[in-house]
Amino acid sequence: MTTLPANNPFRRGPQGADRTWPLLGYAAVTAALLIFLRGSITDGPARLLQPVLFGAFLLSLLFAYQWRAAPWAKTAVFALGIVFVLPFMGRDNTSYFDLVIQMLIFGALALGLNIVVGLAGLLDLGYIAFFAVGAYLWGVFGSPQFAEVSGNAAFATGINANFFWLFIPLGVIAAALVGVLIGLPVLKLKGDYLAIVTLGLGEVIRIFANNLDVTNGPQGIDAIESAPVPWLNSLAGSLGFSPDQYRLFFLYILVLVVVGIVILVNYRLDRSKIGRSWIAIREDEVAAQAMGVPLLRTKLLAFASGASFAGAMGVIFAAKQSFIDPKSFDYFQSIGVLSMVILGGMGNIAGVLLGAVVVTMLNLMVLPTISEVLQGSFPNINPNLDPSKYQRLIFGLVLVLMMLYRPEGLLPSARRQAEMHQDDDPPPDSLEADNALQSGTAEVLSPGFSTRGENERTGSER
Amino acid sequence: MDFQTFGTVLLQVFVGGLSLGVLYAIIALGYTMVYGVLQLINFAHSEVFIAGGIVGFLVFDAVQASTMNGYLKLLLACIAAMAVSGLLNVVIERLAYRPLRGAQRLVPLITAIGVSLILQDLLRFLVGLRGQFDLSVPLPQGFSNPITSLLGINISLLNLQVKDLILIGVAAVMLIGLNLLVNRTQLGRAIRAVAHDRQTSGLMGIDANRIISLTFLIGGALGGLGGVMFAMKYQALNAYSGTLPGIKAFTAAVLGGIGSIPGAVLGGLVLGWLETLLGVISLFSSLPGLHWLGAIKAEYKDLGAFLALILILFLKPAGLLGRSAAEKV
Repeated sequence: MTTLPANNPFRRGPQGADRTWPLLGYAAVTAALLIFLRGSITDGPARLLQPVLFGAFLLSLLFAYQWRAAPWAKTAVFALGIVFVLPFMGRDNTSYFDLVIQMLIFGALALGLNIVVGLAGLLDLGYIAFFAVGAYLWGVFGSPQFAEVSGNAAFATGINANFFWLFIPLGVIAAALVGVLIGLPVLKLKGDYLAIVTLGLGEVIRIFANNLDVTNGPQGIDAIESAPVPWLNSLAGSLGFSPDQYRLFFLYILVLVVVGIVILVNYRLDRSKIGRSWIAIREDEVAAQAMGVPLLRTKLLAFASGASFAGAMGVIFAAKQSFIDPKSFDYFQSIGVLSMVILGGMGNIAGVLLGAVVVTMLNLMVLPTISEVLQGSFPNINPNLDPSKYQRLIFGLVLVLMMLYRPEGLLPSARRQAEMHQDDDPPPDSLEADNALQSGTAEVLSPGFSTRGENERTGSER
Repeated sequence: MDFQTFGTVLLQVFVGGLSLGVLYAIIALGYTMVYGVLQLINFAHSEVFIAGGIVGFLVFDAVQASTMNGYLKLLLACIAAMAVSGLLNVVIERLAYRPLRGAQRLVPLITAIGVSLILQDLLRFLVGLRGQFDLSVPLPQGFSNPITSLLGINISLLNLQVKDLILIGVAAVMLIGLNLLVNRTQLGRAIRAVAHDRQTSGLMGIDANRIISLTFLIGGALGGLGGVMFAMKYQALNAYSGTLPGIKAFTAAVLGGIGSIPGAVLGGLVLGWLETLLGVISLFSSLPGLHWLGAIKAEYKDLGAFLALILILFLKPAGLLGRSAAEKV
């Protein structure tokens, strides 16, 4: 029953004035700048403009989602951005394509983890293990590794690449199964214990990947195929893509479709009976159980559905990288996905995607660019100062600062925001609350006593 | 392999597991202290601990040339590491955990993970200023000498070194000291009171924040000591090498029943033995009927910890010596 703070820049949403033209103007200007300046910002300190312009352009997609504008304008900004600007940039410079695909893969991963952590409140620190299951599933079958494993030289390039389509659902099933297998013994545990056990299980999967012959140990698996789609290749060819970019073009489209499906599923789950059971469990297990929510089954379902997203994305990730090794699936990666969910806003689809985009861009574009510019301008700089080595620091700062100052994330879900701040303002009088909601002001003062801050010395609950 | 060597291997496992186990126990105590008082898994403890190891390295490195007695060098390293790690832990508590008192339980846990990541890179940066990433620790002379006889018994087969004995001795002193501190002193009573019920202990005139700070100081100092022992045992460390022993020490704490000091020790020992045994278990595959043990590679020793954790939590959710807390509804 709390009103949202009026000064929150991201919650202008439907209440604000109509912004159709500002939106179109912003999107047009940033896209035009990005496209026209792309040739002149490729070297020297000017390279720092690259992430700025790209970020500004991506922001137009967020604004299209957040601002109040005519539906046609929103659709136009989204469609032109995704169908025209991004592929155009990708054709010109493959690293943009790579980055965007990586963002979408992480976005889908974060949406999966969002179900587990954001909705069901189960802190899973080994989430990347499910991603590894999918990746190794296709990695082993879709690469020369399969010839080694099966001992049949006929599979010198793995099984028929068309099987890729079969392996996406197989990845979903395998990851969900592993999720259930892992979940069954551990989901009885509460918060902290669950966190440490899932962390351990993530390590277990990594140790297996490191030591089994099937996964080729620490050397990893090389030359992983992706599916051939001739008509898409000829389409890409007619759009001016060079043959070595066909693969990325195909994966871009594939990932877009899969992320679309993931968003849809997430959206439906959030509003379903199951979604409400998850939230009930997150808020109070005992009460949820008393209201007839089957605890273990509901938690398992959360675990398995989160895992299945990761499994599907793992298959696609293996096809995209064409090389996987155990390093891509360690504890640190799990924390990376967690920090995306937390940065963006647990429980909110757009927020989680925003988190994935921001964190991926920081890691793959901003930091490397700064590093290169630094090394270009000061060739004798201590390599210890290389910013791209400090990803952990950034993840850590994201986690700590968000928890301290904005635990609900950059784009909070309305529900979560209300939960996180229910203690900030005392519950308002029913009459005044109605007034407050209508007038839109957040200042509602309770006539009751305020105990906050009184027992600072004892360190007791606020 | 005949049964003679079989016996020797088992004895080696016992001794090696003991020195590894007490190391885990020392680190686990830091987790246990903090968890006992705040019900928080202090993920940053692995970094507090490795910070102690790095300080120990710096001291060993600085006094390497001097003719000081080796044990004095060790003492210096321990004191410096305990001071730095203890203070570091207090600062972390003050900046990162105290503002979150009373928040949902996941919130401080995630903060702790964040703090641990921040510290990893800060340590990396500080170590990197020396132009290094991996540090190899120079030990005082004599620490790596093998011990051939103990109390008149020839133990040269056991592969025991002076530093292992030091490690076991330090751990024993520390465990007894901590036990006395918590159970026999006024401060220990205050810590137990705060752990039991923060608000009521506040009404009894205990300044809970001060007690919590002191607990972090003690836990951090233990971590620092563990770090020096780690540096001494392995003689190699880097800014990230705290994570795995940290996780295992936490596992040990959970195994034994988190919040219980004897539990942490028992858990550490069980884990140490288990891990050492798994590391050499493939040797036993030459025994009749046990050839399948050959498939267990030495690298799988890390699996043992986690599988044991899952098994124990499944069978005895409160750990070996823990009591399950009544659920507040």
